[in-house]
Amino acid sequence: MKKKYSIFNIVKNAFSNNENWKKMWRNPEPRKFYDIIIVGGGGHGLGTAYYLAKEHGLKNIAVIEKGWLGGGNTGRNTTIIRSNYLWDESAHLYEHSLKLWENLSTELNYNVMFSQRGVLNLAHNEHDIKEIKRRVSANKLNGIDSYWADPKQIKKLVPIMNIENCRYPVLGASYQPRAGTARHDAVAWGYAMRSDELGVDIIQNCEVKKIRTKNGKVYGIETTKGIIRAKRVGVVASGHTSVLAETAGIKLPLQSKPLQALVSEPIKPVINTVVMSNAVHAYVSQSDKGELVIGAGTDGYNSFTQRGGYNTIEDTLRAIIELYPIFGKMKMLRQWGGIVDICPDASPIISKCEIEGLYFNCGWGTGGFKATPGSANLFAHTIAKDKPHSINAPFNLERFVSGRLVDEHGAAAVAH
Amino acid sequence: MLLINCPYCGERDQSEFTNGGEAHVARPKDPDQVNDREWSEYVFVRANPKGIYYERWVHTHGCKKWFNAIRDTSTDEILKIYKMGETPPPIKRFKNTLRSPSGEPDVGSGNFTVKKP
Repeated sequence: MKKKYSIFNIVKNAFSNNENWKKMWRNPEPRKFYDIIIVGGGGHGLGTAYYLAKEHGLKNIAVIEKGWLGGGNTGRNTTIIRSNYLWDESAHLYEHSLKLWENLSTELNYNVMFSQRGVLNLAHNEHDIKEIKRRVSANKLNGIDSYWADPKQIKKLVPIMNIENCRYPVLGASYQPRAGTARHDAVAWGYAMRSDELGVDIIQNCEVKKIRTKNGKVYGIETTKGIIRAKRVGVVASGHTSVLAETAGIKLPLQSKPLQALVSEPIKPVINTVVMSNAVHAYVSQSDKGELVIGAGTDGYNSFTQRGGYNTIEDTLRAIIELYPIFGKMKMLRQWGGIVDICPDASPIISKCEIEGLYFNCGWGTGGFKATPGSANLFAHTIAKDKPHSINAPFNLERFVSGRLVDEHGAAAVAH
Repeated sequence: MLLINCPYCGERDQSEFTNGGEAHVARPKDPDQVNDREWSEYVFVRANPKGIYYERWVHTHGCKKWFNAIRDTSTDEILKIYKMGETPPPIKRFKNTLRSPSGEPDVGSGNFTVKKP
C-alpha cells in the first residue's frame, strides 16, 4: 500500500501516541536469485533501485547494505548541493541532478528538506578570481545560474563574514542561488520507502564479501547471508568500491581517504547561505536545528577507519575563525569521518566494465551527495539499458586509457 | 592522528609528514613497448587495499627525507618503517588481525568503538 504523509495522517497518529505508524520498509531475507543487485544502501544505491523500478519498470531487484541505510557517506557529508562545475560534462551531470533535487520531495512524497539557500565560493587571491570568473562564464554557457559577486554583495549576503581584516581577504565569489542543502537521512529513507513499495528487497546488515564471475560474466555475490545469484550487479559502495572490484579482478583508479566534518552547538540563525572557500579550505552552513555544519579536507593518506586526524580539523577551524571571528568561542559537538573514493581527475565513474553485467558507480570523492538523484537516475539507465546515458557516457572507465579526463579539481572544492 | 617514527629523527607527530602514496611502484622498463592500457595502469591505478599497505612518507617539516612504511589501512596501525632502498619486508611476517569478512578488526576501526584488547 502506498504510504502517504499528510496533515490528516499526522493528526490520526497523534491520537494513538504515534505508536501505530507503519514501518517504512520491509526487512526481508534475501532470495536465492535476483535480476539486479545493487551493492550499497546509501542514497545513490537506493535511488538507483528506485529509478530501476519506477522509470524502467524492472522487477526482482535487491539492495544489499552491510550496515544500516544511509549509514555510510550519505549520513556523513555536509549536505551541500550545487552544480557550478567547470566542464560541460560535469555541468550537465550535476545540473541534471539539481533539477531532480528541485522536484524530489514531491516525487517521493517525502520531505527531503531541500532548501535552495545559495552557495558562495570565495576567491582570496588573483588566481582564484580568474579561475572563478572563468567558471562563472562556463556555467552561464551551460545554462546554470552562476554569478560573480563582489565583496560588497558578499558582505550583504553574509554580514558576519570578516572580508577585509584577515590574512586572506575575500576578493569576490561565485554565487549560485539555486544551490543549497537537503536533509541527508531523508533522502535515503525517502528512496528506500518508495523503492520498497515498488517491490525492491532492501537487505540490511548483510555484507558483500566477494563478487563472483564466470566466463567473463557476473554470476552473483557472496555475502554474510550466503551466496546470492544475479544477472546484473551494480556496485555503489563509495570508499569500499575498489575493494569489492578487486574481488572480481578489476583494478579501479580509486584511492580511499577519510573526509571529516563536524557540527557545532546549535545557535540562532546567523548564516542563511552556504559559504565555501577552496583556498583556505573552510566551508560552513547552518542546519535548520541551528548547528553550524563544517566540512574539513581529506586526510592525506589512504585509510578505511572513518575517523581522520585532528590536525585536519584544526586547519579547517583556524580558517573558519579567521573568516568568522564571531564563531571563535563556539563549541563543536560532534566530529566524524567518511571514507571517500577519489578519482585521479576528481570526477566520478558511472560505467560498465569488461565483465558483462557488472557496473560501477564510484569515484564521487568529496562531493557525491549533491549528485545523489542524478547519479542514481543515470546509473539506473546504464544498468537497465546496458549502455550509458549520454550524460554519463563521458564518465566511463576508458577515459583513463584514452586520456579524455574530466579534470574538476578546481570545482570539486575539497583539495585532494 | 598518527605518530610516525621517522627512521632519521625518531617519533614525531603526523602533521610534520606528507604521505607519498603507494610505495614500490616500478616505472615500465621499456617505455616504448608499453601500450596505452599499461601506461594508464602505471599512471592512474594504485593499490587501495583495506588492510596491509606499503606506502611512502616524507618528513616535510623535519629532515625532508623519504622513507617507506607498512600500515594497516583498516586500523591505521603502522606495522613497520624502513628506509628507501631497503627490500620491502614480506606481508606474511605480520599476523593478519582482520576478523570480520570485510576486515573490520575489533580495535581501532571506525565501525567499532575502541576497545583495549
